[in-house]
Amino acid sequence: MLSRPLFRFVRDGQRIAFMRGRHMGLIVSAVLSAASLLLFFQPGLKLGLDFRGGIVVEAQTSAPANINQLRSALDQAGIHPDAVQAFGSDRDVRISVSAPEGADREARTQQIVDRVKNTLAKAAPGTQIQRADAVGASVSHELFRNGLLALGLSLGMILVYIWVRFEREFAISAVLTLVLDLTKTIGFLAITRFEFDLVMVAALLTILGYSTNDKVVVYDRIRENLRKYRTMPLRDVLDLSINETLNRTLGTSMTVFLAALPLALFGGSTLTGFATVMLFGIVVGTSSSIFIAAPLLLLLGKKRLRPSGE
Amino acid sequence: MMYYSRLRLLGVAGVCLLGVLLCLPNFLKAPSSSLPWRQIHLGLDLKGGSYLLLQLDLKSLEHDRLLSLQDQARQTLLDHGLGYRDFVRDDATQRLSFTLRSDAERDAVLSTLRAVPTAVPNEFQVTATGERIDLVLQHDAMLSRARDAVAQSIEIVRRRIDATGAIDPSIAREGDDRIVVELPGVSDPERIKTLLGTTARLTFRLLAPNPTAASPGSTMLEDISTHTQLAVQDHVDVDGTDLTNAGAVIDQQSGGWAVTFQLNSTGASAFGNVTRTNVGRRFAIVLDNKVIEAPNIINPITAGSGQITGGFDARSASDLALLLRAGALPAPLAVIEQRSIGPSLGAASIHAGVISLAAGFILVVAFMVLFYARFGLYADIALLANLVLMVGILSLFQATLTLPGMAGMLLTLGMAVDANILINERIREEVQRGRGVLQALQAGFDRATGTIIDSNATAFLAHVMLFVFGTGPVKNFALTITIGIATTLFTTLVLSRLLIVRWYAVTRPSKLPV
Repeated sequence: MLSRPLFRFVRDGQRIAFMRGRHMGLIVSAVLSAASLLLFFQPGLKLGLDFRGGIVVEAQTSAPANINQLRSALDQAGIHPDAVQAFGSDRDVRISVSAPEGADREARTQQIVDRVKNTLAKAAPGTQIQRADAVGASVSHELFRNGLLALGLSLGMILVYIWVRFEREFAISAVLTLVLDLTKTIGFLAITRFEFDLVMVAALLTILGYSTNDKVVVYDRIRENLRKYRTMPLRDVLDLSINETLNRTLGTSMTVFLAALPLALFGGSTLTGFATVMLFGIVVGTSSSIFIAAPLLLLLGKKRLRPSGE
Repeated sequence: MMYYSRLRLLGVAGVCLLGVLLCLPNFLKAPSSSLPWRQIHLGLDLKGGSYLLLQLDLKSLEHDRLLSLQDQARQTLLDHGLGYRDFVRDDATQRLSFTLRSDAERDAVLSTLRAVPTAVPNEFQVTATGERIDLVLQHDAMLSRARDAVAQSIEIVRRRIDATGAIDPSIAREGDDRIVVELPGVSDPERIKTLLGTTARLTFRLLAPNPTAASPGSTMLEDISTHTQLAVQDHVDVDGTDLTNAGAVIDQQSGGWAVTFQLNSTGASAFGNVTRTNVGRRFAIVLDNKVIEAPNIINPITAGSGQITGGFDARSASDLALLLRAGALPAPLAVIEQRSIGPSLGAASIHAGVISLAAGFILVVAFMVLFYARFGLYADIALLANLVLMVGILSLFQATLTLPGMAGMLLTLGMAVDANILINERIREEVQRGRGVLQALQAGFDRATGTIIDSNATAFLAHVMLFVFGTGPVKNFALTITIGIATTLFTTLVLSRLLIVRWYAVTRPSKLPV
């Protein structure tokens, strides 16, 4: 049974004319990315605790939680939470309080988390605190800045790496494609209302690394074919290269998808959002390797990569 | 290269075996204490516990130094019979300035002040402009003071936490002015936060002759037992650094809780001197700029020991004694970030991580066998070796594993087979071009290698950035992926290739299973 593969995504020698749909692909991608940008401004991302600062306490009550009673107990204690909500089972309660403003806010942030815990212990005896996080305003600003810095520097380093290993056109098309991928993922975050926090930045960077990997493999083949078929028009070289690498592109996407899938299903509250965004990013990254990265190269490199014309 | 020497075979087998050996300590008890038994540490999110980020208040450090310098300068001038007027302190520019009594004293004042001994060289600069004399604290000297202060604070934080009985705390500097405290198993760090948030600077200072109104050289401080304001002299007669011991006791007279203290010889003699020459005056015991009590000096106290009674209960008396024994922080510490995880949530996270890892592994393994038959099986063997090596390396460095770290492992496994896919697809293409079995294998390996290195390099770059700029669990995610990329290169470029080559050498197939 190990003598030959049981299935393939596309049969050998398949030649799909991807370049024929290049305008369509670019337009659809541009529209989706533009829509994502709009979503980024309205309604915007739901910032997680890391980036917004404040207090989140997750508790498990001994009997089904009475949300209203807990809320009024907290109000009476002068805490005024933004949200008291059930999650998971009916005994799990999450309380979030925004970071206090004004002088001494760091110290008061830390006091609130202890007051929330004490109030819960009084209002619902037997409650177990599962998680108690308090992030001061200075830390959250710093984490946000570092997250963006990591994203920006990664993009920059990828640009330089591909520039050095390939040529300018390759580097610019790759980074443009990555930016399109990233904006769509951010739009996805805005729609799904997953909290944008450091773990999410990790997801974005992983998608970035994965998607780059995908593009590098296709570009590598394009470079090879450009040398091999000296007279073939650039457009045909691109089509040929995408087709030749199609089984690999889909195969690798599949394995990464399969690896991330259990995380989305069983990963718990920390990882579900992370893994779902990863899954979305894998799909976007794979399709952009096929429909966006190569057409952009055709657009940018028509003159330089194959001067004899298309 | 289609031939592996016996030596290389042994080498590859040796690396894999070493990986297995390095993994073992995570699952077995150490057979003897002399063996190096290195394990992966579970992160706080997996075993429960608290993470606290503390920030040292450097502004207050500068303020304190300016205040003590002012006191020092005044005292020195008086001792040398030199005069001053209008002595002011400006915290914003870290500057002290005063007006000369007469122009004739200028040179004497300048040389006297320049000769004031300091712990850090060139700590301040003295300049004269007309009748005004300026003393300015120097930036470099303050930086070196700040560095010392953080190091000293770490030591004191450690002593305080050890005194609470917390197990395996980790205390480390972060950046210029921060300290990270990790407390495994402490899911309610309220008491520790309170202890760390107290500077515990104890001083003994005389009240000003008129204790109800502020005067030069004294500051109004709150008396916490009577809630009144008292004018306390800025000059510190006895400092808490001279304390050798402190303990909580029940006061024989009142029956309430009190804190006793014992001073070293320097402290004891200073205490004796002040109490001898100031009988009848009030002597304030000041803790963190609050007056705990201000009793009248009835008799000189020369034994170097005393008792503080200030409305304590059992808890606050023993906490204060603990703080005094551990020593005062050089500047206030503020908790600016807290993350606590309860033990049951940690256990649930381990469960979630292990289930996901197992399910993901099985899915990828199954896919590879279906997609590449025998070569898929070899890729799977390499994948298992990859997992073993990753766990082995993490154990070797006794690294911490968090839930995002486990996610990083799983994603590494998903990405690792990419190299096998690249090789297999290449071999398949070469077969279709009509090459023979040997040439197809050879060309497949050679051509895929460059691509594999390029694609892994870019992923590597992205995660190094994440490691540099991320914190906590996210850093851990980046770490496992970065280690994973290294092990992937070994298992795919060396191990799975070796398996294919051995299979070829043993069976001499006429057809490839691609």
